Amino acid sequence: MRRYLIRRLLASVVTVIGATFVVFALSRVAGDPLLLYANPEGYGRTPEQIKALEKHLGLDKPFIVQYLVWVGHMLQGDLGQSLAGERRVSKVIIEKVGATTQLAMAGWALATFVGVPIGIISAVYRGTLLDYVGRFVALFGQAIPNFWLGIVMVLLFSVWQEWLPSGLRGEGFDIKHFIMPAIVVGTSSMAGYLRITRSSMLEILDSEFIRLARGKGASPTTVIWKHALRNSLIQPITLSTLLLAGLLNGTLVAEAVFAWPGLGRTMLEAVNNNDFPVLTGGVLVFVIIYVVFSLVADLLYIVVDPRIRYT
Amino acid sequence: MSEISTRYYSEDTEVAPSLPGRSAGRRLYAFIRRWPILPGIVLAAMVISAIFAPWIAPQEPNIQALRDRNAPPIWLEDGERELTQSYLLGADQVGRDVLSRIIYGARISLAVAGVALVSGLVVGVTLGLVAAWYGGFIDEIIARAVDIWHALPFLLVAIVVVTLFGGSLTVLMGVLAMVSWAGFVRNVRADVLTLREREYVLMARVCGASPARVIVRHILPGVIPTIMVIATLAVGGLILTEATLSFLGAGIPAPTPSWGLMVSEGREYLTTAWWSSFFPGLAIFLVVMSLNFMGDWIRDYTDPRLRQLGD
Repeated sequence: MRRYLIRRLLASVVTVIGATFVVFALSRVAGDPLLLYANPEGYGRTPEQIKALEKHLGLDKPFIVQYLVWVGHMLQGDLGQSLAGERRVSKVIIEKVGATTQLAMAGWALATFVGVPIGIISAVYRGTLLDYVGRFVALFGQAIPNFWLGIVMVLLFSVWQEWLPSGLRGEGFDIKHFIMPAIVVGTSSMAGYLRITRSSMLEILDSEFIRLARGKGASPTTVIWKHALRNSLIQPITLSTLLLAGLLNGTLVAEAVFAWPGLGRTMLEAVNNNDFPVLTGGVLVFVIIYVVFSLVADLLYIVVDPRIRYT
Repeated sequence: MSEISTRYYSEDTEVAPSLPGRSAGRRLYAFIRRWPILPGIVLAAMVISAIFAPWIAPQEPNIQALRDRNAPPIWLEDGERELTQSYLLGADQVGRDVLSRIIYGARISLAVAGVALVSGLVVGVTLGLVAAWYGGFIDEIIARAVDIWHALPFLLVAIVVVTLFGGSLTVLMGVLAMVSWAGFVRNVRADVLTLREREYVLMARVCGASPARVIVRHILPGVIPTIMVIATLAVGGLILTEATLSFLGAGIPAPTPSWGLMVSEGREYLTTAWWSSFFPGLAIFLVVMSLNFMGDWIRDYTDPRLRQLGD
């Protein structure tokens, strides 16, 4: 167990280093990075000033050194200075991450509390109308472009019927602002959830111990809710943490459609402004979230499924 | 047996024989259930549109008729506006025919998804083969690469790449090729791990066949069913991703007719001309849904082992 943990942690560290390296490298490969920071033609800077800026930003050093310097700062919690607003990147991220987390949680709750029950019902009533409805919902959710779903909902519920606001969340908390963005964020995960719950429930219902339970005369309710359900939830539970990590990335589209004041929109703006410190910092946050959550998923596996023993 | 369990164990009507004496309606229903007719029609329509676009489309996709800005579809016309002509699905904000643009857009979707799929497939399958065949350190490196890739927030990285290298069809194809490779690596690797222990493979090695020969002649054919299934299931995802990127402004540059871009452009005129963003999105939705359905169907039809129970 300890050996497994150490191996797993090492792999996670490698993943973080690799992923940030990729993003850092991207900011350097396309042309002279100095051009991203200061256009020599614009801003009226003299060549001497540009040289000084290059030195100040550390761009005169070899690439690998620049990366190591960035890592060193990062480990001290310093992600550098935003170029657009001249603010600390860590501050920008902390300010925006809350709204994104709220949205991701809302989408996750929707995916879980809609997807899992439908998946179970679909498996229990296999081959009936209920099952077909469930399977259709899964196909639907996996195929619908989430940005288009958002737009169609705005058209229906904000333009034609003025039931829900089409964006501009504002400061306070209003559940109405969450409904449509959460659906946009959660729909495809909901579909994935549904499929996995359904197939894992079907597999369990087909297993020996369920047959035994039926054979010894346990009531169908007991068989389904006590024997089958508890075992078939192993996969969905472990998947849920991974999904949450994925959702934090997936809010990008919803934030763009509904003008949500979160990290995703900040990142999109950063791309447009060539604000690479913000971009690398934000990607770092996303990568760490993913790595931590997938670690949690693996550990959760051990907790909920006693058959699994890592060595 | 309880009601639920009889339902569960009762034979599914997946392959219903068309017995004589059945009504025509029932037989038609059985036929539709057995063969993917509706998805087939949608996909055939898409492929035909893509190939014969200039002959099918009622108009040139980029011809503007400013007098007909946001002209409603022919079935919504109220006769108040004098239009230079009628539009089956309306006209967009600069008076281009929405239907013609959707027909031409099929070309873009198909071309981008096709090229991206093939390149992702070649890279992914090669890496999967190599990882499983050589194992050890090489396997570990490839596994880490896949992990790093999964940890990166893909949409964001794609947007960064497109911003850095400029939006063009080639760049977009390259970016999308990166989407699909990781899925191939994992599945091909798992397949090869079991195949390489098979006796006929051992025999080939004993007979002195070179690794390259064993891989290409003996292993690769065994992996092809898996590759086919993943490929068909991946196409839908690729089309969806292309549309999402184009929607976020990091895809195909205007005025090329791309479905995602059309949704994004029409979005600003949602209150006055909903059709210019609704119908392109509907096209994406129908095509992706049909592709996913086909993928599932091919998986079940060609290789029942790969069937996730009843899915």
